[in-house]
Amino acid sequence: MSSATWTQVSELARRSVMRTLRQPAQVVPSLIFPLILLAINAGGLEAATNIPGFPADSYVTFALAVPFIQSGIFAVANGGADLAKDIETGFLDRLALTPMSGLALVAGQLAGVLALGVLQGLVYLGVGLAAGATLEAGLAGAFVLMGLAVAISFAFGCVGLFAAFRLGDGEAVQSLFPVLFVFLFLSSMALPRELIEQDWFRTIATWNPVSYLLEGIRSLFIDGFEAEPLLRAFGVAFGLGAVFLALAVGSLRSRLVRT
Amino acid sequence: MSATEHPATIEVEDLVKEYKKGPRAVDGVNLHVDAGEIYGFLGPNGAGKSTAVHVLTTLLPPTAGTARVAGFEVTKDGAKVRENIGAALQEAALDNYLTGREHMRLQTALHGLPKEERRRRGDDLIERVGLADAADRKVGGYSGGMRRRLDLALALVHSPRILFLDEPTTGLDPQSRSSLWEEVGRLAREEGVTVFLTTQYLEEADVLAGRVGIIDHGKLVAEGTPEALKAEIGDPSVEAVPADPARAGDVFRVLERFGGGDCPHHEQESVAVRLKGGGASLADVVRALDAENIEVAHLQVHAPTLDDVFLAKTGRTLEGSGDDDESEDEPARVPAQAAASA
Amino acid sequence: MRTRSVAAAVAWRNLHNFFTNPALLLPAVLFPLFFFTAFAGGLSRVESAPGFDFPSGYTAFQFVFVLLQASAFGGVFTGFAMARDFESGFGRRMMLAAPNRLGILAGYAISALVRAVFVWVLLTTIALAAGMEVGGAGVDLVGLYALAGLANFAALMWAAGVALRFRSIQAGPLMQTPIFTILFLAPVYVPADLLSGWVHAVAHVNPVTAMLEAGRDLISGGEPKIALAFGAAVVLCVLASSWAVRGLRRAEAAGG
Repeated sequence: MSSATWTQVSELARRSVMRTLRQPAQVVPSLIFPLILLAINAGGLEAATNIPGFPADSYVTFALAVPFIQSGIFAVANGGADLAKDIETGFLDRLALTPMSGLALVAGQLAGVLALGVLQGLVYLGVGLAAGATLEAGLAGAFVLMGLAVAISFAFGCVGLFAAFRLGDGEAVQSLFPVLFVFLFLSSMALPRELIEQDWFRTIATWNPVSYLLEGIRSLFIDGFEAEPLLRAFGVAFGLGAVFLALAVGSLRSRLVRT
Repeated sequence: MSATEHPATIEVEDLVKEYKKGPRAVDGVNLHVDAGEIYGFLGPNGAGKSTAVHVLTTLLPPTAGTARVAGFEVTKDGAKVRENIGAALQEAALDNYLTGREHMRLQTALHGLPKEERRRRGDDLIERVGLADAADRKVGGYSGGMRRRLDLALALVHSPRILFLDEPTTGLDPQSRSSLWEEVGRLAREEGVTVFLTTQYLEEADVLAGRVGIIDHGKLVAEGTPEALKAEIGDPSVEAVPADPARAGDVFRVLERFGGGDCPHHEQESVAVRLKGGGASLADVVRALDAENIEVAHLQVHAPTLDDVFLAKTGRTLEGSGDDDESEDEPARVPAQAAASA
Repeated sequence: MRTRSVAAAVAWRNLHNFFTNPALLLPAVLFPLFFFTAFAGGLSRVESAPGFDFPSGYTAFQFVFVLLQASAFGGVFTGFAMARDFESGFGRRMMLAAPNRLGILAGYAISALVRAVFVWVLLTTIALAAGMEVGGAGVDLVGLYALAGLANFAALMWAAGVALRFRSIQAGPLMQTPIFTILFLAPVYVPADLLSGWVHAVAHVNPVTAMLEAGRDLISGGEPKIALAFGAAVVLCVLASSWAVRGLRRAEAAGG
C-alpha cells in the first residue's frame, strides 16, 4: 500500500471511528440490547441444559456466543446507515473529488465498525464472565475470541457496505436489521444443531453460516481450543467478508461514478 | 505541469448528457472559459446547470461531446482534472458529526498535502472564510451560511486552478452572500483562479461574472458579457418627473438632447427617453437638468436586465420559470432516493 | 377538516413510498415470516416441556407472538420513514403546511396501521397454510387483531418520539432495540408460568405479557383477560403518544 493510500485509509478510518463513537443512539443499544437478550434467553431456556446431550451446564456459557453475532447485525445497520447517509447527503461526491481510492473508502468505512466490534466484544466478554460464564480456553482464548469478534464485525460490516452502496438509502438499510436477526434465529442459536428436532430446521441451520460463527465462539467457552470449529468460524467470517467485500466494491464502482 | 501546456481553461464542445429514462439535461453545449475568468452559468431550475457541473467535475460521464478542464479530457484524464479543480456543489455536503477543523484535516489528507502543511493550510482557510471561532464545533450546529463557507474552504485546500461553484449563495442571507462574492472575486483577481459559477440569481451573475452563459432546457441560448447581452436587448431609458408639473415641457426639451433622435415619451407628469448610443449617463442627464435649473421629484434609469435577455431568447422570464421537479438535474445513479422523495 | 386532509396526505405519501420501493417492502414482509418459521419450526420441541399445555399447538402459540412483533415493527419501520423525512427537511415542509401538526402524526399512524394489516394478511395466510389450529371464534380473532393494532400504534409512537427528537435515521437502533427488548421480556418461548427466576418476575409486570397471553387465549378459544390486556395496551399507547407529542413539540422548537 502506497503512503498516500495509507494516509487516506487512516484519515477515513479516523473519521469513521469518531463518527461512530459520537452517536450514542448507535453505540448504547448495540452494547445493551444483546446483553438483555442474553439474560432473557438464559432465563427462559435454562431448562434446555437438562436435555440429554446438551454441551454445557450453564445456558449463559452456551448462549454468550449470541451477542457476538448480534454485534455483527448492528455493524450492518450502523455502518450501512452511516455510509447511506454519506451517499444521500452528497458527502460521497465530496470524497470522490479527491484522489481517494475506492479501497481507501471501503477500508476507512469499516474502521468504525471494527472499533465498535472490539468495544462490544470486550463488554460482552466482561459481562458474561461476571454473570458466571466460563471461558475454557483461558486468557489465550480471550485473544482468539476478540480476533473472531473482529472477523465477524468485518464480515457483517462488508454486508452493510454492500447494502448501503446498493440501496443508497438509510431507511432501507435500517430495515435489514430485523431480517438479519432471523438468520440468527434460524441457526444453532438456541440449541446445538444435533438437538434440533425438526429435520428441515436442522437443515437450514446446517446451511446457515451463522451457525458456524456461533459454534466457533462457543467452542472457546465450552471446549477450549478445538481446531475444527475455530477454523470453520474464521473461514466463514473471512469468506463472508470476502464475498460481500467484492460485492461492495462492485457496487461502489457504479455508485462512485468518476470518469 | 506548466500553465502553457495545461492552462486553467474550460473547453466544452457539443456536450450532451442524457439520463437513461429521462430528458437530455445537457443538449449540445459549446463554451470556452479563459484562465482567470469568472464565468457565470445562468438558468432556471432544471435547465441543466448542475448536470453540466457534474460532468465537468468528472462526477458524471457525458453521453456525447468533449470537455477539457485544465487541458485534460474529463473522460480520459479524470484524475488529472480532479487535481486541478475544486468544487462546492449544490448541497454543502458535510458530516454533521465532525467539526470544521476535522473536515479540513480530512480534506487536506485526502488531497495528499504533506503532514506539516495540513494544519497550517486548514487553519489559514478557516480563518479566511471567517470560521475561526466555530472551527472546533460540530458542523451539525452550523448555520447555512457557515456551512457554505466551510464548503468553499474545503474546495480550496489543494489550491485548485479552477473552481466550480454550483449555486453557492442559494439560501444565504445578504451579508453572507456579499462576503462570499468578495472572496470569489478576490480569488479570481489576486490568485488567477478560473471560476465556473452556476446561479439562478441575476444579480449574482451581473456582479460577479465577467461573462455569462444563459442555459435553458440544456441548451446555451445566449453568451457574452452582462453588458453586451443587455445592450443587445436595448439601451437603458431614463424617466424624470419634474417637481413642478408646469416644467414638464422643459424636461422634455432637455431629455430630447439625449434621445439620439428618438422623441422622449411624455405621459402625464413623467418624461422618459431611451439613452441612445450608450454615451450618456445618468450623471450627464442630472447635470443638464441642473444647468436649466429644473428640479426633479423623481429620476430613474430603467436598464435591461438579464431577465430581459432571457425573455428575449426564450419567451419566458428567468425568475420563476424553473421546473418544480428538479429530478432532471439529479444524477441517475440515485434511483432509490429519487423514488423515495415526494 | 384540514387536519384530516393533512393526515390523509401524509399517510398516502408514506404508503406510496412503502409499496413502490422493494427495498422497504421486502424486509417488512420477510422478517415476520422468517421469525415465524424460526420460532414455530425451530423451537417446536419446547412444546414437549412438562407443563406446556396449549390447546391450539405451538404454531398458534408462536403465531400470536410473531403477529404482535410484526405489528410493533410495522410501527418502528414507519418511524424510520419519519426520521428520514425530518432529516431531509421534508418534515419541515409538512410542519409548514399543516394547521394542526398532530395531523402529521396521525398520518404516519394511519400508514403504519395499513402496513401492519398488509403483513397480517400474509402472515395469517401462511400460518393457516402451515396447519395452524384456530380454536377461537370470529369475535375472538377480531380481538386478537385489535391488540395487534394497539401494539402497532404504541410502537409507532415510541419510534416517532425518537425520530422527532433526533431527526436522523442513524437513531434507528434506538427505535428498534427497546421494542425488541420489551417483546422478548414477555413469555416468548413458553407460557409465563413455565418461566423461572428474574425473567418470570419481569415478564409478570411487562404489559406485553398481558397482551400476549390474552392473544393466545383468543386464538385458542380460552378465557382471555380482556380488561387487563386492553388496559395494558391502552396505557402503552397513551404513554407512547405523550412521548411522541412531546417529541413533536421539540421538533417544532428546533424548526423541524
